[in-house]
Amino acid sequence: MKRRTALIGLTAGMAMLASTAFADPLKIVYIGKNTGNPYFDSITGGFEDACKSLGCEFEFVAPATAEATSQIPFIEAQIQRGVNVIGIAPNSPDALNQVLDDARAKGILVLTVNGDLTGNESHRDASILPVNFDIVGRDQIEMVGSLIGYEGEIAILSATTEAPDQNKWIVGMNETLASDPKYAKMKLVATVYGDDQPEKSTTEMEALLANYPDLKGLIAPTTVGIAAAAQVVQSRGIAETVKVTGLGLPSEMRDFVKDGTVTAFQLWSPYNEGWLAVHFAAGVLGGTIKNEVGSTFEVPNLGTITINANNMINTQAELTTFNAANIDDFNF
Amino acid sequence: MMPFETPRNASPVRPVWQTALVRPETMTFILLIAALIGGSLLSPFFLDLSYILKSFVLSSEFAIVALFLTMVIIAGEIDLSAAANMALSACLFGWVQDAGLSLPLSIAVGLGAGVAMGALNAVLILGLQLPSIIVTIGTLTLYRGLAQVIAGDKSIRIDPDFVGLDDIFVAGLPAPVAIFVVVSVILALVLGSTLFGRQIYLIGTNETAARHVGVRATRIKAILFLLVGGASAVAGLMTASRLGSVRYDLGLGGELQMILMAMMGGTYIFGGRGTILGTFLAAWLLVLVMTGMIVANWLPAWQLCALGILLVVSIIATNLIYSRAQR
Repeated sequence: MKRRTALIGLTAGMAMLASTAFADPLKIVYIGKNTGNPYFDSITGGFEDACKSLGCEFEFVAPATAEATSQIPFIEAQIQRGVNVIGIAPNSPDALNQVLDDARAKGILVLTVNGDLTGNESHRDASILPVNFDIVGRDQIEMVGSLIGYEGEIAILSATTEAPDQNKWIVGMNETLASDPKYAKMKLVATVYGDDQPEKSTTEMEALLANYPDLKGLIAPTTVGIAAAAQVVQSRGIAETVKVTGLGLPSEMRDFVKDGTVTAFQLWSPYNEGWLAVHFAAGVLGGTIKNEVGSTFEVPNLGTITINANNMINTQAELTTFNAANIDDFNF
Repeated sequence: MMPFETPRNASPVRPVWQTALVRPETMTFILLIAALIGGSLLSPFFLDLSYILKSFVLSSEFAIVALFLTMVIIAGEIDLSAAANMALSACLFGWVQDAGLSLPLSIAVGLGAGVAMGALNAVLILGLQLPSIIVTIGTLTLYRGLAQVIAGDKSIRIDPDFVGLDDIFVAGLPAPVAIFVVVSVILALVLGSTLFGRQIYLIGTNETAARHVGVRATRIKAILFLLVGGASAVAGLMTASRLGSVRYDLGLGGELQMILMAMMGGTYIFGGRGTILGTFLAAWLLVLVMTGMIVANWLPAWQLCALGILLVVSIIATNLIYSRAQR
């Protein structure tokens, strides 16, 4: 992502535009799930850089715990502070409905960023997600297939049994395996859950290896799971026989890729979510972007973005694949 | 347990201003004023009555239970299961109304469940003579677990007719705040000026002595546990009405906020001392402090530090005041 270098000319122009469009600088806040989560530092980085270039004020706040109602006082406080835009990674798909309605009644633009109010989309203005989550399962099967030569036993190591995103992707994986003849020789032998805890994920990985000695590939669609699985493979020295892939953070996976434990894995750029959110919000409030399904707008560095059904906006069309060739280009 | 005090003939009667000054509620009140001033200095958005009332609504359910809990603590017992009771009552209510039971019946189920949970606590503590702190840690886990069994990890939507109690205003106050004020007045009268109230203090001060003078301690304590159970259920349903949905983690960690309110209001953890006025003031204090820090965009880590310091300071002050009053 050479986002900064390519931007200088554009951002200078945009900044001038923005400063004339808003007498008061636009006030944007992003409410994270909880503090102390490195994933959110990357999203926040995108917000900060975009706010610098567009000349708006940005703050990040988050409750100490990610429990369903813990964000409510923070939303109330931002309404009271009179912000123009609330970006939020919601901790609950429905407990925030009432307070988000209050915010919107006060004229605040409410965007869910990196997570959505599934089933309650009418309580926010738009949702910014990294990729269309419908394709994650398919892409992950293709990824593991390419690593094992499209033949042999595979398994899934997921987060918790109730994690909505992971469950959606696992459904996608099963459908892809069942419907696409390309993957006919691959067999999904087990789906296990490490609860996004390193110890439990490690134990589950050890159990998989013990129960399925012919296991060829593992998909861990969670950053905790893939790191734990890679650790097990590394310490046993079985990287040649069992291919671990999934969704991981480049910063956590770098060493495993460099020493050959993991050949390739995927994710998206959390940074771009923040970057897109600010540009979208400034455009909507400035009148240059229509928040309507089907309308398109330009975002520096990301190209043309389309507003999809349910006012969902994706920062990228496909997952980014990380391997030894490109992992040093990413710092989140 | 403090030994039962008999007035000493030698000690002269203190002037009114002095007795007022050595009351722990005075300390809470001073801190309350300090929090108002501090909050206004931290953020220009803080000092706005409608915002403060709105923020109080978020803690009003805990505050209402804390009033009843204050009486339990004065009687020398404790109930840590109240927040879990809120969750289980609310989940049961949500579950049966989602299954098609009429709203009034569903409410009755929720409230009945709350009282039943209070009764289970009472049976274990009073019937089997087990320490209330251990029993209610157990039932806290049990009630929360049952709530998760009923609701799973998903949330249950609440009938729109039941949603929005906090949007109703009574005499300029959001309904949950109005309920809190009314319950405070009633309980203050019960505890301060009825025989029942006096007996609660007596049990907490010296239960053996109380029994000897004919106070039916077991019965009074049982009533108190039932009251906390019922109040928790009401609080749980109020939370459900505010959120529009229920989940097993409703009110998670709320027992700590409730105890904090009672302690900061000068209720003595070993029983015998404390007032409803103290808990009433402390609830406002806690909300003002938390709101002031949140609207100033303080990091949660600093918020926790500040809350911890506040609690330690108020406990030291309470102890100091009581030990002075003992002399």
